[in-house]
Amino acid sequence: MSTPFHVFDIARTSEMLEPVDFNRRDRLTHVDRCFPAEIVNVIRLTGSEKLFQLRIVDRAERERFRFKAGQFVMVEVPGYGEIPISISSSPSKPDILELCIRRAGVVTGALHRARRGATVGIRGPFGSHFPMASMRGHSVLLIAGGLGLAPLRSAIYDTIDHRSEFADVRILYGTGDPGNLLFDYQYDEWRRIDDIDLQVIVERPDDAWTGPVGMITDLLDRIELDPARTFAIVCGPPVMFRFVCARLSEAGMPMQRMLVSLERRMHCGMGKCCRCNVGSTFTCLDGPVFDFWTVMNLKEAI
Amino acid sequence: MLFRTLPKDGLRVLVEQMIGEVEVIGPTRVADRADGRPIHHFLPVASFDDIDLGYETTEYSAKTYFLPFVESLSTFSFDAEGWRQEIRYELEPRAIVGLHACDVNGLLKLDKVLARDHYPSPYYIARRRNTFVVGIDHEPCDGGFCRSVHADTVTRGCDLFLTDLGDRYFVAIGSDRGYSAMQRVGSSEVSERDSDDYLEVRRHLAAIEQPAIPVHHLPNILDLEFSSELWARWGGRCLSCGTCAMVCPTCYCYGVTERVSMDFARGRKLKRLYSCNLVDFAEVAGGHNFRPDRETRLKYRYYHQHRGFVEEHDEPKCVGCNRCGRACLSGINPVEVIRDLQTEERA
Ligand SMILES: Cc1cc2nc3c(=O)[nH]c(=O)nc-3n(C[C@H](O)[C@H](O)[C@H](O)COP(=O)(O)OP(=O)(O)OC[C@H]3O[C@@H](n4cnc5c(N)ncnc54)[C@H](O)[C@@H]3O)c2cc1C
Ligand code: SF4
Ligand code: SF4
Ligand code: FES
Repeated sequence: MSTPFHVFDIARTSEMLEPVDFNRRDRLTHVDRCFPAEIVNVIRLTGSEKLFQLRIVDRAERERFRFKAGQFVMVEVPGYGEIPISISSSPSKPDILELCIRRAGVVTGALHRARRGATVGIRGPFGSHFPMASMRGHSVLLIAGGLGLAPLRSAIYDTIDHRSEFADVRILYGTGDPGNLLFDYQYDEWRRIDDIDLQVIVERPDDAWTGPVGMITDLLDRIELDPARTFAIVCGPPVMFRFVCARLSEAGMPMQRMLVSLERRMHCGMGKCCRCNVGSTFTCLDGPVFDFWTVMNLKEAI
Repeated sequence: MLFRTLPKDGLRVLVEQMIGEVEVIGPTRVADRADGRPIHHFLPVASFDDIDLGYETTEYSAKTYFLPFVESLSTFSFDAEGWRQEIRYELEPRAIVGLHACDVNGLLKLDKVLARDHYPSPYYIARRRNTFVVGIDHEPCDGGFCRSVHADTVTRGCDLFLTDLGDRYFVAIGSDRGYSAMQRVGSSEVSERDSDDYLEVRRHLAAIEQPAIPVHHLPNILDLEFSSELWARWGGRCLSCGTCAMVCPTCYCYGVTERVSMDFARGRKLKRLYSCNLVDFAEVAGGHNFRPDRETRLKYRYYHQHRGFVEEHDEPKCVGCNRCGRACLSGINPVEVIRDLQTEERA
């Protein structure tokens, strides 16, 4: 009689033979396979943050890689570990990915020591994105505190790339010390674009600082907004977005039109390791981008 | 499901045949407690006689054969050119004999997360599909509450499921390979007497007393009691040791770490099962911990079991085996915690 035991070779099932595509999240795929990506340039931003420009080495994989503003990738530094990092560049230029990375520990430390020409691994893109399509036709308020400018920059680019489809565009950015301002070399470029209003505020000015001083909410007090036709994206630490969103609510903005990005520990990006769980929601699948109403309703979110 | 009956020694023939072909895992009596009650583990066996099908429960569930405590996700080889990633999936066919209904239902819950949901896991599916599962009916174990969470019977999720009818087994066949296995040994068509005897056993099992804890309204109760001081009461006893998650048939969370060989030629990406009760479960870079105290971590475990999972899959992530309750050195057990939740009086 024949044996009931037949080897089931998963790597040979038809789906697994298809190219890896993390955007098709319900399909069986090599979930742990990363795309080798070359560090094309390293740009020093501040004492602890660098911008890495990456290009996926394989051409077919590079052409398949598409993302939306607000999504993140898992960056693999072989031998060191794998970490979630928001994509900081324009979704219309997916060939060169830009990641703004703060030196915070083992993996980010290794990245900060890496030089151009080195190869890291990329898995993704993962997670939810800013609802840029629904935002069209509205005014947008893009607000960031500290490292929050990293994910917000992708939304800024998306807005600029489709400028005529939005009404007023305002960018508000705040940080502690002027020395920690990210992408300061780009402010002039953004300001020169017709009808983009960029304001930067610091809490602890140095002698050279001539701009406004205070908290990010101080900038909000100075602007007029039409709550009925505005969307806001708020990226930064929880204390910051809680204050900002409270202020926007007072001004009459519906909570569903305020988008925030949450940060949690992540070890998979695929709803499997549970590390990013908030209440009963996986930040890597249903987030990192949530509207503020959802965040308010997530137990233990803020 | 198709049904057949199998003479008692037919099972021995079946298992001995399997042992000749693949690795066979079964409940094995490994030691006795001071009071004489035996301790069982699911371990590889060399003969049918190593298996103790009359076991009451095991300390650990059999999940390690599907979700190993430590598993290599991929390896990296380093050379002058850079690095290359290699991935291997588990392809050795294996059989597990003697899973109780709760553990088969536990596998079905793992299937929902790991085989069907977003990003199905090839590591898990490879192990699951290469494992032949034989389940068996039994009298409810001490302290178990499987009936309350509908995990006391099996309708799918295994290849064969046996019910002891005294001199023969009533066999539910759940797969084509289960069917070919039954073809190899002398099984027979189900007679009217077999069906009657089977239903009699079902009635007998259903009549055995078990703690009854309603769980269907827990999602709301958990929200209501989110800030209840009962969490401090139970959480204050928790040692944050993570044992409950290790022994649980449905806990699957993990952490990933990387290791490099001494000669720097190879790296390995290791997945280790984790526990949401461990202190750094939700700690992020910079040292911020989203669940710094043990009561919020313990609460989170119940949240995932009885609210988060229910929202996603319409059933709790618990099969009522009470392994976590038995293993906990602090006496934290789901029956009492859930009863406490339901009777909590608020000021
Ligand atoms: C969706 C998302 C987007 C992010 N985007 C950025 C970004 O654009 N720029 C940036 O600089 N940082 C970002 N972070 C934070 C970044 O992931 C952590 O700084 C990084 O994981 C620290 O890793 P490490 O090995 O250097 O630190 P260590 O402290 O040595 O951490 C060890 C391990 O812990 C885990 N871990 C620690 N902290 C975090 C964390 N905050 N989130 C997830 N896992 C963690 C990782 O698995 C890491 O390998 C983001 C985090 C998330 C969740
Ligand atoms: S509940 Fe018990 S087994 Fe679980 S972590 Fe706490 S002390 Fe350990
Ligand atoms: S939570 Fe406890 S009782 Fe429920 S399945 Fe896990 S170990 Fe068994
Ligand atoms: S990062 Fe693993 S579940 Fe979200």
